[in-house]
Amino acid sequence: MEAGLLLAGILFMLGLISVLIRRNIIFMLLSVEIMLNAAGLAFIVAGTRSAQPDGQVMFIFILTMAAAEVSVGLALILQLYHRLKTLDSDAANKMRG
Amino acid sequence: MELTFYIAAAVAILATIMVITRYNMVHALLYLVVSFLAVSVVFFTLGAPFMAALEIIIYAGAIVVLIIFVIMMLHLNEEAERQEAAWLKPSVWVGPALLCLVLLAELAYIVLAVGTPAVAPQAVDARQVGLALFGPYVLGVELSGMLLMAGIVGAYHLGRQQKKVVHRFLERSAAA
Repeated sequence: MEAGLLLAGILFMLGLISVLIRRNIIFMLLSVEIMLNAAGLAFIVAGTRSAQPDGQVMFIFILTMAAAEVSVGLALILQLYHRLKTLDSDAANKMRG
Repeated sequence: MELTFYIAAAVAILATIMVITRYNMVHALLYLVVSFLAVSVVFFTLGAPFMAALEIIIYAGAIVVLIIFVIMMLHLNEEAERQEAAWLKPSVWVGPALLCLVLLAELAYIVLAVGTPAVAPQAVDARQVGLALFGPYVLGVELSGMLLMAGIVGAYHLGRQQKKVVHRFLERSAAA
């Protein structure tokens, strides 16, 4: 049981490190996916402990949110690439209309 | 069951490390799929087979395929890969990585120090999940429906190409 929580923590930390060090915006999106997945894993582990379905219900909600988030994020990445011709997230530090 | 869990956990961690250190985006996505598959095995050993199936279908299937389509639309070449390699110098990532490792060590200490009674994991089948989903959590289901609708509309609005409005007079002079 502790091992499951530990795995969720390690995966979350890896996603956090990646979102801090990568400058490519697609890799930042992938890191957010890794972190959401780790949060879902933590919910499942917690739900398994009491043999209740609530943790799995929360995982389904996280899955729904991840799907909505990735679609909007990819649309934003496409727009950024068409406007600025780069995937560097630092290039988007000024919102020029 | 214990050994299966540990092997799958090790595979998940290794694959995730490979994801965050690749320069090529498609290689990173392949490792990401492996990581999701390993987490799905972890779900299976924890007694959540329905969630394991959902993880494979939605994460490793739908979301990764969506990202692959966008990468194909972007026309990335070796030049972008070299730029990525130049960005990922060790001097950039050592500081954040060390600080995050300190946090991880604290988390591991907290999780391992609190002694919890070992409970054998028993499976929660899909029927129970469905009953809970459409019983006490039905409001959450409706809200996620609204969230998905907002996601669809937002993705359409943001991803639309700006139509270039050029007067036919200017068009003719540009062609000439």
